Formats: sequence, structure tokens, C-alpha cells
Amino acid sequence: MHLEYQVYEADFVNAGAASSAIKKTLKQLNVSPQIIKRVVVALYEAEVNAIAHAYGGMIYADIEPDKIVLKVEDKGPGIPDIDWAMQEGNSTASPEVRNMGFGAGMGLPNIQKNVDKLNVTSTVGVGTTVEMEVNFV
Amino acid sequence: MEKTPFFHALKIDEDTCIGCSRCMKICPTEALRVRDGKAVLMPDRCIDCGNCFKVCPTRSIYIEQDDFENIFNFPIRVALVPAVFMGQFPNDITVSRIYGILKDLGFTHVLETESSIPIYTAAKNKYAAENPDIRPLISTFCPAIVRLIQVKFPGLTDNLIPLRAPLDITAMYIRRKIKEEMDLKDDQIGIFYITPCAAKIAAVKNPVGEEKSLVDGVINMDSLYNRVYHEIKKQGHGYKEQKLPVSQLSADGVLTSLTNGERRLSDAHHSYSIDEIHNVIEFLEKVENEEIEDVDFLELRACDQSCPGGILTCDNRFLICERVFGRARKIADRERKGEQTKDHELEEERNYLMRHMKVGEIHPRSMLVLDDNIAVALEKMKKIDEYRARLPQTDCGICGAPTCDALARDIVCDNAELTDCVFIQRNLEARGNMDVQESLKIMEVIWGKAKMNDYVKKK
Repeated sequence: MHLEYQVYEADFVNAGAASSAIKKTLKQLNVSPQIIKRVVVALYEAEVNAIAHAYGGMIYADIEPDKIVLKVEDKGPGIPDIDWAMQEGNSTASPEVRNMGFGAGMGLPNIQKNVDKLNVTSTVGVGTTVEMEVNFV
Repeated sequence: MEKTPFFHALKIDEDTCIGCSRCMKICPTEALRVRDGKAVLMPDRCIDCGNCFKVCPTRSIYIEQDDFENIFNFPIRVALVPAVFMGQFPNDITVSRIYGILKDLGFTHVLETESSIPIYTAAKNKYAAENPDIRPLISTFCPAIVRLIQVKFPGLTDNLIPLRAPLDITAMYIRRKIKEEMDLKDDQIGIFYITPCAAKIAAVKNPVGEEKSLVDGVINMDSLYNRVYHEIKKQGHGYKEQKLPVSQLSADGVLTSLTNGERRLSDAHHSYSIDEIHNVIEFLEKVENEEIEDVDFLELRACDQSCPGGILTCDNRFLICERVFGRARKIADRERKGEQTKDHELEEERNYLMRHMKVGEIHPRSMLVLDDNIAVALEKMKKIDEYRARLPQTDCGICGAPTCDALARDIVCDNAELTDCVFIQRNLEARGNMDVQESLKIMEVIWGKAKMNDYVKKK
């Protein structure tokens, strides 16, 4: 099953709408609550990243009987050093966004903790793509 | 997942139901449908919140209770009364007078359920301290909320605090005390809970995490209110009441069944008290998404204004709240002046009660799961999306389901047909694929013969 959601730059009010929708879907599939939580936490972080640090983008979800494959593709400033960004406390957030409470540098590490496969690719000045997989069993 | 059926105290009287569908539209878990012109309950989805009961114009949804005369099956008859019952009566009717009338009606003992609040609070705070990794912790005070979480938020069942509710703790206490003091056996003591709602009845008859309740029967608060009021009228003006000893509730105890009543006693740093079922659902969606940080404790109530808004209460809920507050204020005054200690008669049994507080595991009973097998569930979900795309999204209810989404799900679960939808019927008729007689037949199956005849009486 393929699902797509668009997320918009600085749309903080609706941040989480896509994660919520995917959660609703997974609840109907008898995926265990613990796994649903991991998916939602990871996706929420990626969704907020696209909204807060980038200029919005698309979320693609493919639900298969044994796993969910997620891709969050944003247009934005990109991440110059992905390994650096994966460390807790490091963030590429702008001062304005930090003032709003974002940019603690925990998002990518949190995603890593919750997913079974993670691949972050980025081009500075173009955007970032976060690919994640969570197994259902 | 639990397989034993949920007991439901809410019942539908088919003889008086007029199939107006108001209940179907208001149900927060979409647990009602219309079939053959009558409301029909889907038991796996119902949480006994009673919204349907409140909205039914013909009182066809009723709450089954035990026959009052059953109390006389026992030589010792205890009325276990929530403090909110006292708040149904105007302020010039004292608590002592109500106790007197309850005894005249046949009870040998009267005890208010909030008597066990100090112990209940201590047990909750202790559980929180012993389980620092489970956050937020959710109170199980309101049984409709427990069921809501089981069916709609199954991922949060582990957050429920697995302790007995005050009504059970108090029942445990009084049973033990009477057995000792009067040297009696269990079957000689009848404990009857006076309930403000259907959910409490369901909790008594079919306890979550327990095999059997400690209570022998339930009496609806509204019917007991009528009996008591009848006696008050008979007593007449200028009645000189005897001052009887009453349950020594603390001010904290009296306030517990009001909104914020548990939260104010919790040790938690970040806690929320939310009442009314739609508010609770909205908030729990956010909690489930972990959108809300640092939540330690949640006090959640299904009714607006908590128990004073219970479906079997007999006065405006705000008036009841104010009376209960007034009583708490008076008690707090006495406590401050040292005229009443915060210690309590249950204290002597504290150790025993604290040792018997835990209930068994509370299991999820998700109403959302389409199939146990993920691959099959995925297929069903695709079909639901296909049907949904063909439905008008008007949620008109004429198909006998509350929303187009509900109808799409019902079709895939073999509980309905696409042609139940009146928009589909009209489209098929226009294309010559269905004639009017067929579509009228479909509507008759849903709405019954009566609605399909012209209502206007011919002169």
C-alpha cells in the first residue's frame, strides 16, 4: 500500500499530521503498539525536520506485510556533514528556529534509535532525503 | 487480546426505539448502527460512556440495574454510595438525613466510596515512584476511559495504573470489617453500589483484570434518588432529623470525583485533568504520538464535569459540583480547626488494603484491527479505500452507519452493502441498473417498514 503526504515549510501547526495518518493506518493492520510507536516517533522527527529546517517536502510510505518503508524528501538547505549531524546535540537549525524550541540536535539520533534501517542523503543548497525501514516482526 | 465479551450495561428497548439515529451519530466510537428501523449495538466498540443514553428522545436506551428488592436476599445490606449522590439533593437536606432514609429503605450500613481515597492516593503515588519508566501514568478511576483506551488506544493500555478503583477498595474494607466484627460469612453480606453511570456497572459486572467484583449488585443512582426523594416528601416540612454518624470523608476525598480531584493529590510534576470523552480522545491522540512532552499523570473522565455529569445523575451537573465543593469546603474548615482529623477509619486496615490493591493486567481490545494477519489486513484496507472513494463523504447516515468511513469498513467486514448508500442507489437508478422498488426494499431493511410509509395520516 502506497501513501503520500505533502508537508509545508514552517507549517508548525500541522506538524505531525502525516505521522498521525500513518499511525491510524498501522493500527488497523494489527501491527504491535510498540512498533507503531517507533514508526510514529521516527516519522514525526523526520516530518518536523522537513518543516522546521527545510522548505517542506514529500513523505512517501510503502506498507508491506512485513515492514514499512518510509522516504522523507525535502527541498532545503541540506546537511553539509551528515555524520556530524547524526551525533546528539549537533544541529543545523537557524537561530530563529532554535528560538522556537527546535534544533536540540536530537532528531536524527532519535530516528536512528527507532528504525531498523536508515539512510540519510543530502545535497547542500538542494535538499535532504531520509529513508527509513521498520520491520513489523 | 482478550476474547471474553465485554459486558454492557446499556441496552436498547426495541419496542420503544423509533430509529431516529441520534444515538448512532453521537457515539464517540461509532458503535451503533440502524437495522430494521432500530438502533443496534456493536458490542466490541461500545465503551459504556452513555452518550447515546443522554441523547435518546424516547428513552429507549436504558441502563439495566439489579432489582432493588434483591438487597433483601442478604441479612447485612451495605449501600456503597459515591459522594456525588449527596450532591444531588439541595443543601438543606443533610448527609445525615440521607443516611437515615437509606437505612429506612432497608440498608443496614451506609458507606461512601470516597472513604478509601487516602489509601488509593498513597497506592497510586507509590506505584508511580516504583515505576519511573512508565509515563504518562493514566488513572483507572473512570471505567469508560479504561475501555476507551482498550478499544481505541490499545498502545496505551500499559500506561493504565493497575490498581483497584476506590469503590472496590472501600467494598473490600467494609466486607472484611463486617465479617470480623459480626462473625459472618461472605454470602451473608450484600454490598450494593449506587452507580452514577453505565460504565461503573460494566466495571462491576465484568471487571477488567479481575475475575469477580467485590460488589453483589448495582442500583442506579436515579432510581435510588427517586426513592429517597419520595421519603423526603413523606417526611414533610419541619421534619426533625436524628443526627446519625456519617462516613468521615476528608475534603480531598469528597473532591475526588470532580474534575481535577485526583490530579491535585498526585505527586506528579506534570499532570493534566481532562473531562468529556471527545476532549479525552483529542488529547490521547497527541499523547500516543508523543507530541506532548513530560506528561507524568493523566486524570481522564468520560463525562463533562466528571461524575456530577454522570448519565444517571439527577440534577444539573454544575449545581451538583457546587454542592460537592460546598461540602468539601466545610470539611476543610473543620480539618483546619482540628475538629476533624485527616486520619480515617480505613487506616486501621491500611496494610491489608495496600497489599490487595493490584489488579491483573489490562489487555488491549482494539476495535480498529481489520485482521490478525497483516497481509489480509492490508488487502482489506485497500478495499476500504476503494469503497471510500465511491462514497459521497457526506456522513448523512441514511445507510444506517454514522459515517461514510464506517460504511466502507462495514462493507469490507461483510456487515453492509455498497447499495445501502442512497447516493449509490440514485446513481444506479439513473443508469437503469436498479429500479425504485429495489432501492426502497434496501431502505426498508435498514429503516423498517414504518419509515417507508407516508407518515401523514389521512383524514
